[in-house]
Amino acid sequence: MTMEAESDRVIDARGSYCPGPLMELIKAIKEEETGKIIEVWSSDESSAKDIPEWVKKAGHELIGVFKESDYWRIVVRKTK
Amino acid sequence: MKRIVILGGGVAGTLTANYLVPKIGEEIKKKEVEITLITERPYQIYEPGYLYLIFNRLGEDELKRDIKELLDPNVKLVTDRAIRIDTENQRVICENNDFDYDYLVIATGSRITPEEIPGLRDAGHWFYDMEGSVRLRSALANFRGGKIVVSVMGVPHKCPVAPIEVTFILHDFLKRRGVRDRSQIVYTYPINKIFIMDSVIEMIEPMFEEKGIESRTFFNPIEINPEEKKIITLEGETEDFDLLIAIPPHRGARVIEDSGLGDRGGWVPTDRYTLRVQGYENVYALGDATNLPVSKAGSVAHFQAEVVAENLAAEIEGIEPTAMFNGKAFCFIETGWEEATYIWFDYFTPPQPVMPSKFVHFVKIAYNKAYWLTARGLL
Repeated sequence: MTMEAESDRVIDARGSYCPGPLMELIKAIKEEETGKIIEVWSSDESSAKDIPEWVKKAGHELIGVFKESDYWRIVVRKTK
Repeated sequence: MKRIVILGGGVAGTLTANYLVPKIGEEIKKKEVEITLITERPYQIYEPGYLYLIFNRLGEDELKRDIKELLDPNVKLVTDRAIRIDTENQRVICENNDFDYDYLVIATGSRITPEEIPGLRDAGHWFYDMEGSVRLRSALANFRGGKIVVSVMGVPHKCPVAPIEVTFILHDFLKRRGVRDRSQIVYTYPINKIFIMDSVIEMIEPMFEEKGIESRTFFNPIEINPEEKKIITLEGETEDFDLLIAIPPHRGARVIEDSGLGDRGGWVPTDRYTLRVQGYENVYALGDATNLPVSKAGSVAHFQAEVVAENLAAEIEGIEPTAMFNGKAFCFIETGWEEATYIWFDYFTPPQPVMPSKFVHFVKIAYNKAYWLTARGLL
């Protein structure tokens, strides 16, 4: 189930398909300050794999991927 | 009298008007219905033609037609700039006049926002508007070898396959100019693969390899350094270039954002089947303006215009509107100077490209002229 990280921004990208949720996160990472926690909600299963892969490449911190009833919560901290 | 206002004079707006008139000809004649199309500029541009203009295969004048030549004479054509859509009072507020509506069709398209990437306006080129395309045409004609980067700087953008097409045509163009052997072509894409559709990737990846085209993925430019001619990415990488062909970020139209009708990207939340704007019974949206997970492409606007016209005609005649958009898209993909393939797909059918051929390319070249028949609602 969930862990209660205090997210600074929640992006509800449910209903949007790859690469929508990832591109929404990328936009948020550009806009937010270092240290902020961003949470993406996606109903597209491929986000649960693609987003962590991008987070790793871009050097941010993946706090976790959490499966909810019919969507995934991907929680990321901007580290630089 | 019922007033239908169509906002936008691109493919989506013009086709909706031209498909609608014959369906409600009697009502228009009896003055029970009036159709008004509002456009910012009095001419329409065939935007897929930019891909040919930059290689000097089509000229500016070939890509332009006066909208009054294209539009059914039963449609009232207004050239004005919409400032705000007031859905509460059912009114479109323009610079010079206001227009009340009973039914509104939002066909306001998309716009490029190169200013979102600092340095891009100074050091980059693109083929997503006339001015940029004309500038790129000169840069390509004067290119004597070096490194060209084709970089997709945001998704969604108009014509998803255009970056692939420009890359392939560029390869052949440089060969024909005798400078390919002293040139490097690099293609970049924001996600972890070189395109969004796997079947297209399967086809183009080996072709990139065979033609010596390099690619970079998870590549999201945040800044261009014009002095050093370098792209800086969010992922912490840099890529230098001699010539940068960018696919700039896109947003929905300003009037949509100013009216509070768009999502974060300025795209209008639209029902994927009925094409009604979410929350409004009497407002439809189509073409690039919507938030739908379909290509921002002329063919999509064309197929959607058929649906919107049918539904509006039904509403005028007091019948329940039942036409539904099934996500249909058709895209030619140029894979070289004289070679192309195509894909079609919808919400239920994935795309499956066919083997590239000269034949498909020549069909595309013919369609570049025949489009003006489509715009008139004839093809």
